[in-house]
Amino acid sequence: MSAFLKSRYFSLEFIMGLGLTLGITFCVLFSSWLFPGAGEIDLTARLIAPFQQPAHPFGTDPLGRDVMARVFAGGWISLQVGFVSVVGSVLIGVAVGLVAGYYRGIWDVVVMRSADIQLALPFILLAITIIAIVGGSLTNTILLLIVSQWVQYARLVRAQVLALREREFVLAAQAMGVKSRNIILQHLLPNLLGPVIVLMTLNVANNILLESSLTFLGLGVDPTIPSWGGMLADGRTYLQTAWWVSVFPGLAILLTVLGLNLLGDWLRDSLDPTGRTER
Amino acid sequence: MAGFLLKRLAQAVFVVMVVTLIVSVAVRMTGDPAMMIAQGATDITEADLERIREGLGLNEPFLSQYLATLSGLFTWDFGRSFLGGTPVSTLIGNALPATLLLAFTSLLVSIVISIPLGIRAAIRRGKWEDQLIRILSLVGLSFPNFWLATMLVLLFSITLQWLPPSGMNGIASFIMPAVTMGIILTATNVRLVRTSMLEVMQSQYIMVARAKGLSERTVLYKHALRNCAIPLITFLGLQFGGLLGGIVVVERVFNWPGMGSLAFDAVAGRDYPVLQSVIMILSTLIVLVNLLVDIAYGLIDPRIRTE
Repeated sequence: MSAFLKSRYFSLEFIMGLGLTLGITFCVLFSSWLFPGAGEIDLTARLIAPFQQPAHPFGTDPLGRDVMARVFAGGWISLQVGFVSVVGSVLIGVAVGLVAGYYRGIWDVVVMRSADIQLALPFILLAITIIAIVGGSLTNTILLLIVSQWVQYARLVRAQVLALREREFVLAAQAMGVKSRNIILQHLLPNLLGPVIVLMTLNVANNILLESSLTFLGLGVDPTIPSWGGMLADGRTYLQTAWWVSVFPGLAILLTVLGLNLLGDWLRDSLDPTGRTER
Repeated sequence: MAGFLLKRLAQAVFVVMVVTLIVSVAVRMTGDPAMMIAQGATDITEADLERIREGLGLNEPFLSQYLATLSGLFTWDFGRSFLGGTPVSTLIGNALPATLLLAFTSLLVSIVISIPLGIRAAIRRGKWEDQLIRILSLVGLSFPNFWLATMLVLLFSITLQWLPPSGMNGIASFIMPAVTMGIILTATNVRLVRTSMLEVMQSQYIMVARAKGLSERTVLYKHALRNCAIPLITFLGLQFGGLLGGIVVVERVFNWPGMGSLAFDAVAGRDYPVLQSVIMILSTLIVLVNLLVDIAYGLIDPRIRTE
């Protein structure tokens, strides 16, 4: 441990990233315990300004709900979407990328052409169309993110495998008659996890941004569930009179995403020094 | 070189065709536009609905509708809006310049900020200025664009009352939308300028330029910066899709009369011809920009062609 504290990997970036991410995750996960009964409608306490009453440090919204309690409760949606969508994309993308890189053939073509299409079809535009058909919901938002993002992983893994399969340890395993399946799972997979983990961290951050944009536009999660994007959409109506309703949920998104980006950046420096996942 | 061009061109055509296909299929699943048009009329019969569908060309086979949509890219004829019957090309003709103008201004803002900052970070590599620029660029990357837009409105329109909160009306109305997108683009561009500068600064011609006794300013801005242009331009091409996606959202906040606003209204009204044309045109633009970047790159750097 003390060796880690002295190493070049230990940096301000790491402390800030880890602190923000863990702190926010903790507050969000335990929000119902930290703020019992808060966030309920209380028409006697409408639009209290922040820092006025100790019971409502971030003030209250037009329905008298405590903004701080709602910000922490609303984070649950973002964290869920960010995490689940990335895990889904990784499972599909890594599997397809491994097969495409190792066996080439049709999967290789699928990956490369899908990547072209993904690049040409901005997520928000695709989302507008698809959500218009299937309607906005938590599950649909997650599925949509997976559909539009697995390709990134497939492409990254494919490129890695193409380089790795020419290396001696893979050639040796092949010469010894190790089954292809075992080569892929035991020799290739562990060697390409670094860049995948870096991309995952940055992607959770990015997906939280995309989810909140969709919900803000009324295309994402059900507006009755507290979520950061949804709170910001509501807050716009009261921007002139109650700035705090719009400021705090956005600040929560900013800090969460910043924490993850800092961690991702630090991970990239540590795990992927050649910058294969540079964006 | 001809082979490289043909291959890239074929890829581009393929992507445009697939994207249009996806969008055409998806858009047709959003609901029956005849019902939307008939809404409000109380004594509508199935025969009336059928007549509306016939009039809109919805009874044609899907393939011929699809081909008609695609050919619109060449003839600039995208049919008429289901709502109001305005030609789609007129609506696009009004909205596309607004979006492109905003995209262009945002890029300009981003380039003006990111080049000096990126160079500064590269010169002061590892010093506090470099660290600060690095952290700031991560902060910029973490902003939700629609929230940044809202905060700018709160500060400059509501509190200070310096800038108009919405609409496209004069130069002042460009400032906030362009700065919003500009800040987010700058976050990635600063890092790109920094890394490419660091790479270029180690090359021998920079050493020669210094050895000749040229001023540091000339070395940096004339010799080094020019060689950063290629990676920067490629990256701007790749960013173009993300930029348009971001603009679509920001347009909503500023009530900008662009393609994003057009798309949202079209979804609400099940106005397929408009929605599908908006998405098809934006995707084609993205493909074209990347194609041009690839070609330019291939012309400048022969190594790319054989890749």
